[in-house]
Amino acid sequence: MSAAAPRPGEALLSVDGISLAFGGVKALTDVSFDVRKGEIRAIIGPNGAGKSSMLNCINGFYQPQQGRITYRGVERRQMRPHEAAEQGIARTFQNIALFRGMSTLDNIMTGRLLKMKVPFFWQVWRHGPAMREEIEHRRFVEGVIEFLEIEHIRKTPVGRLPYGLQKRVELGRALAMQPELLLLDEPMAGMNLEEKEDMCRFILDVVRQYGTTIALIEHDMGVVMDLSDRVVVLDYGRKIADGTPAEVKADRRVIDAYLGVGH
Amino acid sequence: MLYQVFVDPFVQMADMPDLLVQVLWEGTVAGVLYALIALGFVLIFKASGVFNFAQGIMVVFAALTLVGLHENGVPAPLALVLTVGVMYALAWSIERVVLRPLVNQPDIILFMATFGITYLIIGLGEFIFGGRPKAMITGELFLPRGAIDVQMLGGRVTFQKLDIAAAVIAGLMVAALAVFFQRTRIGRALRAVADSHKAALSVGISLNQIWVIVWFTAGLVALVTGIMWGARSDVSFGLQIIALKALPVLILGGFTSVPGAIVGGLIIGIGEKMGEFYWGPLVGSGIESWLAYLIALAFLLFRPQGLFGDKIIERI
Repeated sequence: MSAAAPRPGEALLSVDGISLAFGGVKALTDVSFDVRKGEIRAIIGPNGAGKSSMLNCINGFYQPQQGRITYRGVERRQMRPHEAAEQGIARTFQNIALFRGMSTLDNIMTGRLLKMKVPFFWQVWRHGPAMREEIEHRRFVEGVIEFLEIEHIRKTPVGRLPYGLQKRVELGRALAMQPELLLLDEPMAGMNLEEKEDMCRFILDVVRQYGTTIALIEHDMGVVMDLSDRVVVLDYGRKIADGTPAEVKADRRVIDAYLGVGH
Repeated sequence: MLYQVFVDPFVQMADMPDLLVQVLWEGTVAGVLYALIALGFVLIFKASGVFNFAQGIMVVFAALTLVGLHENGVPAPLALVLTVGVMYALAWSIERVVLRPLVNQPDIILFMATFGITYLIIGLGEFIFGGRPKAMITGELFLPRGAIDVQMLGGRVTFQKLDIAAAVIAGLMVAALAVFFQRTRIGRALRAVADSHKAALSVGISLNQIWVIVWFTAGLVALVTGIMWGARSDVSFGLQIIALKALPVLILGGFTSVPGAIVGGLIIGIGEKMGEFYWGPLVGSGIESWLAYLIALAFLLFRPQGLFGDKIIERI
């Protein structure tokens, strides 16, 4: 499964010539880029540029009609979302997708589901290996909760939490999966300045503490320029620029795309 | 007239408490069976958002398979095990052939697909086992017969042993399901799927696997229901009508709540028997067949989400 884990600086994921269409609507056309191990890679672009579609292709929600996706050096054709999760790809969503009926703790615990191996007849009795496993996962989850500073809402049903905290719980659930690649779809959308700063700090800490590689979509240009190592810019489903934040910021086509031609 | 409706029935209840206990017991037993059918619906509705019209025919099919196998010389315990296997095969095929190709289609499409499943199973069942009603193999499955008479409250109350067994088995099964869904990894995954498909997929839950599990569980519930109901009447295709009895139970209890299905079942069962016995004579009896729907209708007016169901809030 894990063909020689890439070292820092090597490509963890590369997408090559991805095209995706819904009927006549072309969401993505011939998009190629790579994500290196240990970096923060931003995907930006105006609304409808195909950013979320790109993430959906990477974690298997969508199957691109053309192109190749290589992850950990293994090229894959079709991958379903749960297989992507098994391979260490976690994600959050633009419109938060949490288990609204469950508490913060239970939500984050679902991130450990794949790591639970004890057969269910042990779990039913809450006994022996099942108990040990539960405690071990609970300990890890408590670590995540502490890391994200959400101890006080541990037992609160997430449906009742304010938006900013829900986003944090969603990040927590993804972190509980101990992903190798973390996909964040607009992690700071709809947040106030303070919440954004917190979230930035968490994202940087995730890379530092857990060694996770991150690909994120974000609209706040200030955030993108501060956080990311490299940026890929999409417009109308095509890649128009790729490089460091400084390079991208100076790119003629990027300025055109954001401000309109003839500004 | 007012006296007859609002006073007289209660006077009767107080006059003959033994009779009241008997009626309550009959209602409870009927209610337990309604609850079982509703439980099958709730399991599938929670996990996949599909209202499974085929639940009723699954009850018949499970019972028919069991009896049919036994008629062909398979010993009863083995027939039971084989029937469980058949229910698994059914769940697996439904997931493969119906649910998977229709994923992300509107709910009404999936609902219609369960109509298709219903008629397919009817045809299949008649083709394999014939259309004649069969007797449930009660004795071979070690279900008790006969009745216990208890002297109480200045009278005599009769408990059918079979009814007691039905209540106990149903109770045990509900408890087992509750523990299974509360404590195991699969249970956690199932609750996750019930909340959000998208999020469940992202943490690595396979929807296909969960669907097979819930349809199989609903199949097991159907089998138990089929045995219990079949033991009271015969096993025939007419039995699938009981699925319609689950509707008022679901409206009462909410489509997404397991405790709701149980409480709703009991309320309908007891309400029906009480209504029939104490108020039925006022209108010439026979209200048992429609009273449940009347109760459900009243609930729809005042509490459309049911007693325990999730409150529906639409943003506009």
